[in-house]
Amino acid sequence: MLSDALIKKFKEIAGQANVMDDEADRHAYSYDSAVLQPVVPALVVRPESTEALGKVVKLCGENGLPVTVRGSGTNLSGGTIPDPRDGVVILTNALNRILEINEEDMYAVVEPGVVTAKFAAEAAARGLFYPPDPGSQAVSTLGGNVAENAGGLRGLKYGVTKNYVMGVNFFDTEGEKIVTGSRTVKCVTGLNLAGLMVGSEGTLGVFSEIILKLVPPPAANKAMMVLFDDVAKASETVAAIIAAKIVPCTLEFLDNFTIRTVEDFAHAGLPVEAKALLLIEVDGHPAQVADEAAQVEAICKKMGATRVQVAQSAEERNKVWEARRAALSALARVRPTTVLEDATVPRSKIPAMIKALDEIAAKYKLLIGTFGHAGDGNLHPTILTDRRDTHEFERVERAIDEIFEVALGLGGTLSGEHGIGMAKSKWLAKETSRGTILYSRRLKKALDPKDILNPGKILGEE
Amino acid sequence: MADVRELHKLLMELDDQLVTCMRCGMCQAVCPLYAETGREALVARGKIALLEHLAHEMIKDAAGVQEKVETCLLCGACAANCPSGVKVLDIFLKARAVLTGYMGLPPAKKLIFRGLLVRPGLFNTILGLGAKLQGLFVKPVNEMLGSSCARFQSDVIGDRHFPALAGEPLHKLVPSLDTAKGNSGLKVGFFPGCMVDKVFPRVGKAVLKVLEHHGVGVFLPGHQACCGIPALSSGDRKSYDVLVDKNLECFAGGSFDYLVTPCATCTSTIKKFWPTFADSADQGRREALVALAAKTLDINEFLVDILKVQPSGVPGAKDMKVTVHDPCHLKKSLGVAAQPRQVVRLNPNVELVEMKDADTCCGCGGSFTLLHYDLARRIGKKKRDNIAASGAQVVATGCPACMLQITDMLSKAGDRVAVRHPVELYAETLG
Ligand SMILES: Cc1cc2nc3c(=O)[nH]c(=O)nc-3n(C[C@H](O)[C@H](O)[C@H](O)COP(=O)(O)OP(=O)(O)OC[C@H]3O[C@@H](n4cnc5c(N)ncnc54)[C@H](O)[C@@H]3O)c2cc1C
Ligand code: SF4
Ligand code: SF4
Ligand code: SF4
Repeated sequence: MLSDALIKKFKEIAGQANVMDDEADRHAYSYDSAVLQPVVPALVVRPESTEALGKVVKLCGENGLPVTVRGSGTNLSGGTIPDPRDGVVILTNALNRILEINEEDMYAVVEPGVVTAKFAAEAAARGLFYPPDPGSQAVSTLGGNVAENAGGLRGLKYGVTKNYVMGVNFFDTEGEKIVTGSRTVKCVTGLNLAGLMVGSEGTLGVFSEIILKLVPPPAANKAMMVLFDDVAKASETVAAIIAAKIVPCTLEFLDNFTIRTVEDFAHAGLPVEAKALLLIEVDGHPAQVADEAAQVEAICKKMGATRVQVAQSAEERNKVWEARRAALSALARVRPTTVLEDATVPRSKIPAMIKALDEIAAKYKLLIGTFGHAGDGNLHPTILTDRRDTHEFERVERAIDEIFEVALGLGGTLSGEHGIGMAKSKWLAKETSRGTILYSRRLKKALDPKDILNPGKILGEE
Repeated sequence: MADVRELHKLLMELDDQLVTCMRCGMCQAVCPLYAETGREALVARGKIALLEHLAHEMIKDAAGVQEKVETCLLCGACAANCPSGVKVLDIFLKARAVLTGYMGLPPAKKLIFRGLLVRPGLFNTILGLGAKLQGLFVKPVNEMLGSSCARFQSDVIGDRHFPALAGEPLHKLVPSLDTAKGNSGLKVGFFPGCMVDKVFPRVGKAVLKVLEHHGVGVFLPGHQACCGIPALSSGDRKSYDVLVDKNLECFAGGSFDYLVTPCATCTSTIKKFWPTFADSADQGRREALVALAAKTLDINEFLVDILKVQPSGVPGAKDMKVTVHDPCHLKKSLGVAAQPRQVVRLNPNVELVEMKDADTCCGCGGSFTLLHYDLARRIGKKKRDNIAASGAQVVATGCPACMLQITDMLSKAGDRVAVRHPVELYAETLG
């Protein structure tokens, strides 16, 4: 329990209404989108200015209180589950101002609580493009995106959040403001601390301002839906497209289970007999788009696609994406609990990964639907279960272990975009090395001697 | 206070529904309360988590959970946007009943629901008296909107600008009706709802005029009761059941093809909640409720989808700019959004202009506005700003509760924008 005197200090900094200490309010910040045990924080603070944010962090630092910063709490790895030892949750959703959008120099400066989709829309209204589009963009925050290095459907061609971070200002545990990066395209001043902050999951500093790169929007695009009667053919097609030096902006995969579930749910007219489906979009200069679309179509046919449906209008293009957008919704309705994983393998290993997933589903008697970003090897095997069924859930946990085992065995990674958080920290050494963990811990210890910045995340408990 | 173990047991019965929430947080994008407050405990995900924590005895603060669950517009935006298909409103209403059963109904609500609402005759008499006496207590503030404000401050009314209770409620003007099918070959049951009856009888008259014009027979039984949503949303299942039964009796006597209402809230209550919350009754009652629900339609939906009413083709002056507000209970709950716009266009003088965020809640949420006026006002202010920015002279909406709230917001801002029901705009053209 925090002392009344301390709570009063938080209230002086952030304002009475922005400090929540009653039980019901605190319980509402005990979880995020990961399927993990909730932990109730001791206090929740919602600063309305970056100055107040710095002071709140400092106060926590002085008192050795563990800090978990929370954007929208949509991360899938337990990154915003607070620390059980008098954890303080700091909300950034009042820090939601877009401070600058510079059209001439194509960058923007934002506070960390700005919602991703709102920012993208604001940039679009100025004729600019912010490509990272995580599936949660309607609610996720830019601070959360940077801290998780979030990716999206356009990762293949446009990269992920890290490719757009030009600078980050953040507070250290003493409330000292650290300024990194710059508004210039090139900047090598000082250590690359902004780079260090990307993907740090709240363990190294608390962001107060972010400088993001913007790009010109593509002038044209063309989307198509391609059907296969064989998963291997679908993944070989992915490889063939890339080998032809064509980089689609989006290249998504849906397996048969997902296709059938989406069709049951959305009645979008999907071919339920197809073993796999690729959704492909190319964008750029109109002439190049026309040319590339034709090439992609030809490659798909050559690789044995049973049907290629090229969208002829904006409406048809929307239809193509509807199937993908409905994937998670449809799967989520099958069983009460949805465990969304993001094991990622080199593109060429997708057939092997999918085969392994089928075997794992059979072995543990589980329902697993797989969809995801085939273009970058980032699959989302989605396990449908009921977390109240302890026997089944044990099988789920063993299945997840095995999924990572296979992914790592194929030269893949634990997480393509969802982060390590609490959910995958026990696996970290397996992918990296003992030295990596020790090095990272030394780094963390030096920057955060009392271990108050999101303790237990990424590097686990010592 | 009842036994806390009983509370946990009853909440556990909701567990199958609670567990379908996958905590994705997508409801944050559309919840008007979250937009206003940024508080997780007020968005669907937070409320569901709290209920689950209470059910599983992880949290002790039942009063705190109740307060959060009751701070809700029940606008259904979260449910309409939920990837997981969580039946959010069902959960909230059931939970409210359980929590109210445990905590007890506050005395003021007890008086209103159990003493007044369940006795439609008495309710009418008292409000009738109110209509006659209100001139003493209220003063007109905006003649275009027909709004007034209180001459004296009272706790409930505060500084609201409200349309006065009608001098003659609909049930005085038209106590009952049972007319034969005309040209259309159709007959409808007509459920005006309290608000149309007592505050906007002109909407009820417009409906009757339109139905007559199209040769639709009408069965309007007297002594109809409130649809029950105020009692249900306050967790008072007892009063709710009494009200539903009274209505069931009223309409049992007639034969009609559809049951129409000009109130989005009533339509969604009858259509969605009457069958869902029919469990306490015997099978006969349940079947009757399901059958009645299946016949129930919003008046705009009836005109457009069933009667297929078409514009007259007579070119009009198009000198009236009208914008449409989508009541949550119409669009989010029933998926009705095109039809009210069609009905508005039936008036040849209307130029339809869309406002920004036409389908976000006006902030009324039934009794929400009474209990959380400050929040309701902040949400309503955004609606007002969007209406004003549209440049319309008239805002049309198919929910009298929204009409009331929007009137308050526009009147406060001193706007000269009239608030009408779509059917009124159509009825005007029928001579
Ligand atoms: C339906 C759904 C779809 C998703 N789709 C994708 C997807 O396509 N791609 C993808 O990459 N992810 C996806 N995610 C995961 C999630 O949305 C992302 O990880 C997102 O970046 C989290 O943003 P947030 O604002 O919710 O952050 P939170 O969950 O609140 O926080 C995430 C992490 O960031 C830290 N953090 C937040 N703000 C700050 C700050 N100011 N300073 C320091 N640390 C901070 C937190 O401490 C935490 O460790 C999805 C999630 C859901 C529920
Ligand atoms: S959108 Fe639905 S599943 Fe997601 S958190 Fe909200 S209620 Fe739960
Ligand atoms: S019903 Fe409306 S106010 Fe209530 S939680 Fe859902 S979106 Fe928010
Ligand atoms: S008053 Fe209108 S807008 Fe508000 S909740 Fe009811 S139907 Fe929705």
